[in-house]
Amino acid sequence: MIGREAESAAAATPPVISVQDVVHRYDGRTALNGVSFEVHPAELFGLLGPNGSGKTTLFRILSTLMIPGGGRAVIMGHDAAKEPNHLRRQIGVVFQAQSIDVKLTAAENLWHQGHLYGLHGAALKSRIQEMLARVGLTDRAHEKAETFSGGMQRRLELAKGLLHHPSVLLLDEPTTGLDPGARRDLWQYLQVLRDQERVTVIVTTHLMEEAEHCDRLAILNEGKLVALGTPADLKHEIGGDVILLDTQDAESLAQRIRAHFNVDAQVLEGQVRLEREHGHRFITDVVEAFPGEIQAISVSKPTLEDVFIHRTGHRFWTEGGEEHGAEAQQAQQTS
Amino acid sequence: MVTQNTTLTRQATPTKGAALPAFTLWWREVVRFYRQRTRVIGVIASPLVFWLVIGSGFGTSFRSGEATGQQHYLDYFYPGALIMIVLFTSIFTMMSVIEDRKEGFLLSVLVAPVPRSAIVLGKVLGGTTLSAVQGLIFLLFAPFVGVHLGIGDFLLVVLTVFLVSFALTALGFAIAWPMDSTQAFHAIINLFLIPLWLLSGALFPLSGASGWIRVLMRMNPLTYGVEALRNLLYPASPAVFPLSSSMATLVLFSAFMFGLAFIMVNRRTTKPAA
Repeated sequence: MIGREAESAAAATPPVISVQDVVHRYDGRTALNGVSFEVHPAELFGLLGPNGSGKTTLFRILSTLMIPGGGRAVIMGHDAAKEPNHLRRQIGVVFQAQSIDVKLTAAENLWHQGHLYGLHGAALKSRIQEMLARVGLTDRAHEKAETFSGGMQRRLELAKGLLHHPSVLLLDEPTTGLDPGARRDLWQYLQVLRDQERVTVIVTTHLMEEAEHCDRLAILNEGKLVALGTPADLKHEIGGDVILLDTQDAESLAQRIRAHFNVDAQVLEGQVRLEREHGHRFITDVVEAFPGEIQAISVSKPTLEDVFIHRTGHRFWTEGGEEHGAEAQQAQQTS
Repeated sequence: MVTQNTTLTRQATPTKGAALPAFTLWWREVVRFYRQRTRVIGVIASPLVFWLVIGSGFGTSFRSGEATGQQHYLDYFYPGALIMIVLFTSIFTMMSVIEDRKEGFLLSVLVAPVPRSAIVLGKVLGGTTLSAVQGLIFLLFAPFVGVHLGIGDFLLVVLTVFLVSFALTALGFAIAWPMDSTQAFHAIINLFLIPLWLLSGALFPLSGASGWIRVLMRMNPLTYGVEALRNLLYPASPAVFPLSSSMATLVLFSAFMFGLAFIMVNRRTTKPAA
C-alpha cells in the first residue's frame, strides 16, 4: 500500500494523513481509482496533476466536503467520512475559490472565521492581530477586502485558514491568479510554517515548477497515483538526460533509432524523445547515424514533466507545453 | 501529537455549540445588507411605489367593491403590501446562499466544525431580521391609512411579521440550498411566489373569491399572515379567521419551513458540492 521510502520515514512517527485505497465515482466518471499514500508530520506535501486528474476530488475528500465512494482518508486519527467534526478542528483549509467576504474588512473576516471555530473575546482579538501582522495586513485591518490586491486577498485567505492553529493546512491551487512575486512569498511562507510551527502542509498544484518546492509529491493522472516521492528522487529515477529530436517523420526515425541503438525511443507530439545517460555523447552518435534527418536536437536534465511522461507515456498538458499550463490556469480561474 | 498539545494550551479553549457560529452568520448577513446601499433603497422604495400605484389605481377603478366595504382600496391593500415587502425581502436575502456557494464562502463554513443547524439558524435569522425590519419600517406609514396601534397590538404585529419572515426565509433557504445559479432561483420564485402572494388575500379578499380560488387561498399559509395583520390593523372590519388560529397556523408554517431547510442542509453528498 505504502511506498517503501515512505514506510521507513514513517517508522518513527505515525503519519498525519493516511489515504487508503480511495475510490470515487460520480456521474459515471471515475475521479479517483484506488489512491493510497501517507503524509508525515511537518511535511510540505504536493498533489501534482493536470486538470481532471482527481486532485481536487481528493482535496475535497480530505477537507471533509465529500465522502469517498470507497476506501478511507484518515487525518490525525480521524476518518474524514465518519468523524468530520473532530477532524475539522484540526485542519485549516484554503480553497482555490475566494472564500473571504469582500464586503467585510480584513479583521471582520477573521472575527467571523474565529467564531465559526468557537474562538471569541480577547483571545480571538489578540489572535486576529497576530495573524494580520504575520501576513502583513495590519495597516489594512479595517479596510474592506474588496479594496485589496489579489496577493493581499490570498494572504487574508491564508490567515483565515490558520486562525485556529490547525495542525494540518490544506491548500487547493493556492497561487492561482498571483503574480510571480506573490507566488514566491506564498511558498516561502509555507516553508516557514512547516519549519517553525511544524504544520503539515498539503498543496494541490498543476504547476511543475511549484511542485519542486515540496518535500514530497504524489503525482496523479486520471484518478491514479502515478508517482510518489521527493522531487529529486523522482527525477533521479529517469537516469541521465532527456533528449528531444526534431525531424520530418518522427515515427520512422524512432523506429530506426530503436533498432540501431537498442534503446527505447518514444514519439511525442511530432518529436522523438529518449532518456539516456551521458546524453551529450549519444547525440553525436545519433546525428552521425542519421545524417541530414535531424533538424534540431536538445539535451536536458529531467524535469517533473519528464517524470510524468516517463510514468504515463504522454505529456502533462496533452495539447501543448508550458504556455498551455497558463491557459488552463486561466480557464480554471474563470470557471 | 506533541505539537498538537502545545497549540491547544497556547490558545483559549474554544466553545462548542451552535450559538456562536449562528450569531456570527446572522451578523454577517445583516452587515452585508446594510453595506450595499442600493439594496436598502430598493427594498424600502419598491413596495412603497407598488402600494401607491396599485392601491391608487385599483382604488379608483373598483371603488364600489362590495367586499372591501367602506374601506378605501389603499387602506385595504396596506397589509398586503406589508406582506409583499416581507415576502420579497425574505426570499431574496436567501439568494445569498447561492452567492456564498459560488464565491466559495460557503465552503469555508462547511469545513468549519459547525453544526449544520447553526448554519440554517444563522442564515435564516439573518434574513428574517432584514425582512422584519423592512416590514416594520413600512409600518411607519400606518398612520397615513388611519391606523393607530396600541402597544399590545403593535407587539402582535411585530410577532406576525417576524413569523411570516422566518417561515419565508427558511423556505427561501431550502429552495436556494441545492441551486447553483441565481437565474434558476428567479425562475422558481416567479413560478411559486408571485401566485403565493396573489392568492394570499393581499390584492383581493377571500370572501369575494370564487370557489376553487377560495380553496387555494385557504391552503396558502400566507393568507393567515395577511389575515392576522388585517385583524390587528383594522379591528373594526370583519375577520375571516380568529386571530389565534391565524397565529397558530403561522407558528406551524415557520416550524415546518425550518424543518425543511434543516433537512436540505443535512444531505451530505458524494457529488462535488461546490
